[in-house]
Amino acid sequence: MTPALPEPLVIQAGRADRHYWRDLWRYRELLGFLAWRDVKVRYKQAALGVAWAVLQPAVQTILLTFVFGKLARMPDGGVPYPLLVLAGLLPWQLFSSAFSGASNSLVGNAHLISKVYFPRLVVPLSALAVALVDLAILLVISVPVILAFGVIPTWRLALLPLFIVAALLIALGAGLWITALTVKYRDFRFIAPFLLQIGLFVTPIGYRTDFLPNWRDLLSLNPLTGVVNGFRWCLLGGGMEFYTPGLLVSLAATAVLLATGLWYFRSTERQFADVI
Amino acid sequence: MPADTVISVSGLSKRYRLGHVARHDTLRDALGHKLRRLARLGREDPGRGSREEFWALREVSFEVRRGEVIGIIGRNGAGKSTLLKIISRITEPTAGLIELRGRVASLLEVGTGFHPELSGRENVFLNGAILGMSRGEIRRKFDEIVAFAEVEKFLDTPVKHYSSGMYVRLAFAVAAHLEPEILVVDEVLAVGDYAFQRKCLGKMSAVASDEGRTVLFVSHNLGSVTGLCSRALWLADGRLNASGPAAAVVADYIRSQTEQTRTAFDFRDRGGPERAAGRLVLTGLELNQAGAILHRESFRARIHFRTNAPVDGVAFGLGFCSVEGTRLATIDSDLDGQRRSYPAGHAGWIEVALPELQLGPGRYALDLGARCGDVASLDYLPSCGMIEVQPGPRTSAGAVQIPGGGLRLSARWQESSEASA
Repeated sequence: MTPALPEPLVIQAGRADRHYWRDLWRYRELLGFLAWRDVKVRYKQAALGVAWAVLQPAVQTILLTFVFGKLARMPDGGVPYPLLVLAGLLPWQLFSSAFSGASNSLVGNAHLISKVYFPRLVVPLSALAVALVDLAILLVISVPVILAFGVIPTWRLALLPLFIVAALLIALGAGLWITALTVKYRDFRFIAPFLLQIGLFVTPIGYRTDFLPNWRDLLSLNPLTGVVNGFRWCLLGGGMEFYTPGLLVSLAATAVLLATGLWYFRSTERQFADVI
Repeated sequence: MPADTVISVSGLSKRYRLGHVARHDTLRDALGHKLRRLARLGREDPGRGSREEFWALREVSFEVRRGEVIGIIGRNGAGKSTLLKIISRITEPTAGLIELRGRVASLLEVGTGFHPELSGRENVFLNGAILGMSRGEIRRKFDEIVAFAEVEKFLDTPVKHYSSGMYVRLAFAVAAHLEPEILVVDEVLAVGDYAFQRKCLGKMSAVASDEGRTVLFVSHNLGSVTGLCSRALWLADGRLNASGPAAAVVADYIRSQTEQTRTAFDFRDRGGPERAAGRLVLTGLELNQAGAILHRESFRARIHFRTNAPVDGVAFGLGFCSVEGTRLATIDSDLDGQRRSYPAGHAGWIEVALPELQLGPGRYALDLGARCGDVASLDYLPSCGMIEVQPGPRTSAGAVQIPGGGLRLSARWQESSEASA
């Protein structure tokens, strides 16, 4: 007796794939393996990998503290300026590394896309892992620094994972747009670093939005603003107020970015193998 | 659809728009193109549609029953790889319908996703996951895979230190242990040594006959198609030209190929847009300046090519195969210490000369290739043409009587007679 044949899978032009999300779940192990590969390769030369993950934010913290705190004399509201910058840089590093990873993911895995089937979302999703590992290392190093400045984190620290997820979702939403566009138009490779450069200033990393009442609603349109404020609120204890309307605006912007990113990615996905 | 049909393909067509690759490579080009169209206000250039489109498959229909091993044959650019890519769900058809019953695993390349920095062990897991195996499945078969590949000693060495033979063996071993209901294999056996090829072919036929698995198999080696497949599909210019018992279809195919013996070949339209955009593209081949090819006379091959990007250390090769596809002789510029570098946008030819052609009279298929470094293929055209070597003035009468004998090496002979006691 041979086993009964399964229900046929139908392949047809333009047919919406009903099994897409189920397939994505089925390929979760591949997602894990690709993430593990990226992390492994990045930290293969462990010393150098960790050094890079730490050196860049350390230098940026010093520079931004100098420019915004000393030169521009922005108000710090009683929080040591270096900590303000550090707590802003943590989510920024997470976002920028996740965003550039996701943006380059499809072209970087072109050989897989043209030779094997799997839901293509696996690729940008797996690219987020390296950013998470980088963040973990940064957090481990940042906590003693925060303590050294005499700031004791409170129960709010427990809510940090929520803001980490939010930063990843923003990076994914933006990354999906850029990576899908890069497949077709290779010059989008140069747009991602350019966007990051702008983002470094329109995201309140070097300053606080609660002392800029005229600007903070506009700045909240940048979904990262909510995340940065959230990180500060979680890490820096009582010195930070929570501005709920700003967070809601940022969350709405995140949802729009993610939904449109997914929509564009899914609608171009089937042609990836033909044009990559 | 009958009960034991596992693959049913009807009216399958695939169109590639060359413009997507060749013209809209950058955003600026795409915008410029849109603006120009706007300026013409919809007045379409009538000749343009046909130039920008390329039908890789047209109206292909066939069915495959469970347990069949199907060989797909045809010249380069006939649509074989496109067909496999659509069945593997890598790319979407333009029209038509496929129904598949069962899990499909495709092996379009050996070692897809192998990462040079990772060890052999790590790559087995990574590659297995990419091919659709679960972690538990890979762990269960791990020892078997390693034994099949014969790389036990180097499991924890990064694969960048592997020889190309070891690399291919490990990669194929992973693929050979897939357990899908439908296995789709492109010409992957062309790499690897002969003994290993035999082992893989053996594994594939065992899979089909013992476990009722269905195999779709593309090859230029017609010998392995007749040896391995029950049925063959012959694709020509994207259409299904013939299908039936493997031996009969292969025989028809060989006949049609040998009718086309020539001495000049144009490869500019071969393959899809992917090939045309390659770093180096082989565009043509001229033999003996279009004169006859004679046994034991001088032989010259002029390989025409162009480059799209700068390439360093390019080696050119020309292979002579029997009509069944077995390689009989190879000319390789690397062997003669000839490697060259070209800037982007270079177009020209390189010529190789043999003082005496030692292939016996008969018909031979040509493989043409260019590669850079040791393994990276720039362009490869297996079975890209058929030539006829004719008896020359120095061919002995005996050799004319027994044509197609492959290399006829002239050697030095000595003799002595046993001193009688």
